[in-house]
Amino acid sequence: MTTTQHPLAASGLNYNLYAPRNLWNRAMNLLAALFSAMAVLPLVVVILYVLYKGGGAITPAIFTELPPPPGLSEPMGMGNAVIGTAMVTGVAALVAVPVGVGGGIYLAEVAKTGWFAQSIRFGVNVLAGVPSIICGLFIYALVVNTRILWGESFSAMAGSLALAVLMLPTIVKTTDEGLKLVSQELRMGSLGIGASRFITITRVVLPAAISPIATGVVLGIARAAGETAPLIFTALFSPFWPDWLSGLGLLAPTATMSVQIYNFGIMPFVPQVQLAWAASFILVVMILAANLLARWLARFSAS
Amino acid sequence: MFTHKKRPWTERLVDSAFIRTTAVLASVVSLTVFGIFFTVGFQAVFQGDLSSLLPWNPDSIWQGIAAWNDEETFGVRWGAIPHFGLGFLADSSWNPVRNDYGALTPIYGTLMTSALALLLAVPLGVGTAIFLTEDFLPQKLRTTIGFMVELLAAIPSVVLGLWAMAMLNGFLAVFTPLHTYLGWLPFFGTQPGGPNLAMASLILVVMLLPIITAVSRDSLNQVPPELRQGAYAVGATRWTSIFQVLIPAAISGIVGGTMLALGRALGETMAVTMIIGNSTKLSTSWFAPSSTIASLLANQFGEADDIQVSALYYAALVLMILTFLVNICAQFIVKRLALKYD
Repeated sequence: MTTTQHPLAASGLNYNLYAPRNLWNRAMNLLAALFSAMAVLPLVVVILYVLYKGGGAITPAIFTELPPPPGLSEPMGMGNAVIGTAMVTGVAALVAVPVGVGGGIYLAEVAKTGWFAQSIRFGVNVLAGVPSIICGLFIYALVVNTRILWGESFSAMAGSLALAVLMLPTIVKTTDEGLKLVSQELRMGSLGIGASRFITITRVVLPAAISPIATGVVLGIARAAGETAPLIFTALFSPFWPDWLSGLGLLAPTATMSVQIYNFGIMPFVPQVQLAWAASFILVVMILAANLLARWLARFSAS
Repeated sequence: MFTHKKRPWTERLVDSAFIRTTAVLASVVSLTVFGIFFTVGFQAVFQGDLSSLLPWNPDSIWQGIAAWNDEETFGVRWGAIPHFGLGFLADSSWNPVRNDYGALTPIYGTLMTSALALLLAVPLGVGTAIFLTEDFLPQKLRTTIGFMVELLAAIPSVVLGLWAMAMLNGFLAVFTPLHTYLGWLPFFGTQPGGPNLAMASLILVVMLLPIITAVSRDSLNQVPPELRQGAYAVGATRWTSIFQVLIPAAISGIVGGTMLALGRALGETMAVTMIIGNSTKLSTSWFAPSSTIASLLANQFGEADDIQVSALYYAALVLMILTFLVNICAQFIVKRLALKYD
């Protein structure tokens, strides 16, 4: 795009190819294109590499068998980690979504200003910045070390709590932002025909804001499913199936795919490393799917 | 304002109960933040678990503190902060055998990896953001690239770590000539032979890029188009208007995004742990294995006991305070630099 006609250019009103400013302009165009290519390149390389290495390791047995003992190559599966990730992330969502949505409702609908709401907004921002490994240490000290959960130390439940702490600020923020987008007329109309605040919020305002909230929750869950650092000292790891007898498997240490990538990825055994790639494949595909779902949700609300 | 005096008492009860419940749920957030600071601080000051705070516990610290003056044998099991004091921050020895701990190496590693990563990621990220907000490419393609960059932020760090380990030899092939020709610089002084600090920084760049790009792109998009039109109208070239008009107008968002990314880099754990080498020996060379506070925690916490646990919590406290300060600064800068368009 040439919007410039330098008045002093020797060739009159034509675009001067060699004017310093135009040279500089083209050099910067090239540089910006180069930077963008360098930013997109790692993504393409990582995703293709994971799909290539992990896709080859995916077999039906992955979902039905246990991982092999170190040194052996049979059986070749990680069904326990798949179940574990679903269990830990699911319970974390069950804890974090009600608390987060409730907190968001409070910030957006009940107390918009005032020192208490401000301090909670500040707290949400601080919590969003807390490193994930610190969440793990916090739950370790609070739950694992004190054996507060029926005398159990490491447990899937502790891992869920750590993930819930991690998801909480995202959910509060998206709920708060989503509710703010709902037009004030809806609230006034509902209150005007005599509905109580409870009915107004739960029947009118929340349904109107459901799609941004759902987007935030989906992305939060996907992010949490890939988190490793909060789990290595809380849910720990286990080479066995979940022990359904101890609190439906929630009160025993459990395997998760993310911790399995860490544990197996640094092992010198080929089958273990292959399982780490298979777990990466499943996690990456799941996260791609969640992002597409979130985009679809956003478009769904726009139409 | 909207309360109805003659509403049935059941409705009023439901209303007030609902409002109270949301208030309680909201305060869970603040309680959690407070709890994290308190817990980490407690474990750094005392050995022993949180239940020793209960007065009826036989190991209660209150008993110990009460007996402190009488008999030293009943004294409290003090943790790392009373033991090592502020010297912990300047001591580079980490010796579980002699129970002598100092966190200088991980603190240096944390700051150095983050600084290196930012140095590379800021130009790349802001450049990409500019590229995506200008009309170089058709709108559809730009949206797709923007979406792809955001996807990069969603890839779990442990997967990036696994990928980095698979790419180890590729990294080494790049680093070795740097050492051969520039080895006289202290930063390149070690023969690169395995996981090291420079690799951790490069992986951090990959993780920070999407954050910086996304935030910068949003703030560049929010600059009113009149500003750009005005710049073009007085004869500015594209890049003059970008450097003199658009970037200054969007600087609050760009700096805010950078600070956000810095906070993420300081606390990033898994990818760094897998690729930094986890050595607690201090080295100025970027090609030597090192450690960050987060990688030290991930690597040693599982096998630590007694004073080592407390020392790790002390390091965690340092990390928390660092990220806390960075986040506060980010919020302050965004508020301070934000331009108002009326």
